[in-house]
Amino acid sequence: MLRVTCTIAALACGLPGLAVAQPSAAPQALMSKECGACHMAFPANQLPARSWAAVMAGLADHFGENAALDPASRAAIEGYLTANAATGRAKALRGLAENQTPLRITELPSWQREHRGKVTPQKLAITKAKSQSDCVACHAGAARGQFDDD
Amino acid sequence: MKPALLAAVVLAGTLGTLPSHAGPTQTAVLETYAAQAKVAEPGFAGFSVERGKALFLGRFTTGKPDTPSCTTCHTTDPRKEGQTRAGKVIGPMALSAKPDRYGVLAEAEKWFARNCDSVLGRACTPREKGDFISFMVSQ
Ligand code: HEC
Ligand code: HEC
Ligand code: HEC
Repeated sequence: MLRVTCTIAALACGLPGLAVAQPSAAPQALMSKECGACHMAFPANQLPARSWAAVMAGLADHFGENAALDPASRAAIEGYLTANAATGRAKALRGLAENQTPLRITELPSWQREHRGKVTPQKLAITKAKSQSDCVACHAGAARGQFDDD
Repeated sequence: MKPALLAAVVLAGTLGTLPSHAGPTQTAVLETYAAQAKVAEPGFAGFSVERGKALFLGRFTTGKPDTPSCTTCHTTDPRKEGQTRAGKVIGPMALSAKPDRYGVLAEAEKWFARNCDSVLGRACTPREKGDFISFMVSQ
């Protein structure tokens, strides 16, 4: 609790040095908490680094909502996501041109190929998925990066 | 008068007579907003549960189109669970139904900043934040 208080309200905390240092101490935990508040925390290896940078640059208008963070947390989370992003020949990047920067996993050619006929309105209704982005409705282990469990 | 003392007096004048489940941490958060409201509005005369309820239930056209009301995600019953637009469950907003709410200023500030912008298209004032929490701690 104190750690979060300090990172977000660094001035009120009175320990600015500590406040800046803290997020990087556990960036993955910070990402899981902050990016897991409205949906599951999407695994970093599902998008390329350029996409994560674009997502993190637009948090104030994030798919129709404001999801803004304090600057220290934002920087720590962007660092974690880009360092652990999909690279090179990763499956997630198959068919994606280098000059394309999708903001969604569900926009990736590989995701769309994998889900052809599997996220129809009927399938969403059966699985009670709120949308095709609601990975956990169909993949119980999705938040841990497991998608081959069904 | 010192700001903290002033805030306590203002709070006593509003919350003291109302049903409230607020513990020390919620009271401290309310005192912070009361002190800010005093500065922002010279005529500030305390928080109002009724105004907080109206903010919670109100429908607005000034924010983002998918989120016209706090109730879009929190439902109209503060004691019930809500749901995000992405499908995740949100715990109840009423303090009686979720006792760890409104006790951490940074957490309240983060979500007021996001949700007031999404719903109202602007920041909430310190008075609006205090009104909202006053309503929720009375529930
Ligand atoms: C305030 C709520 C909220 C928070 C906090 C939030 N998001 Fe989102 N996010 C959404 C919504 C709403 C959508 C759109 C869901 C849909 O289309 O069904 C979304 C969608 C996404 C998508 C696209 C999913 C797809 O369709 O492939 C990504 C990627 C994403 N968010 C990343 C993040 C990251 C990274 C963070 C943390 C920095 C974050 N989100 C925090 C609300 C949020
Ligand atoms: C409506 C149900 C549904 C939703 C929602 C859904 N998927 Fe899937 N997904 C499937 C099905 C069915 C398969 C194919 C069966 C399989 O391979 O496990 C699949 C396959 C996959 C695979 C390939 C697994 C493998 O081992 O080959 C990945 C990766 C994947 N999904 C990721 C995601 C992500 C990320 C999301 C959210 C952005 C998502 N899925 C949302 C149903 C869904
Ligand atoms: C788009 C969905 C959405 C809307 C609309 C929304 N909220 Fe929220 N709100 C959330 C989520 C998600 C959380 C964080 C999850 C939680 O705290 O259980 C949250 C948390 C909060 C908190 C933090 C409470 C605490 O524990 O300290 C406050 C305060 C809050 N919301 C106020 C509002 C107000 C005021 C409005 C209307 C102006 C509003 N919300 C509209 C989704 C929403």
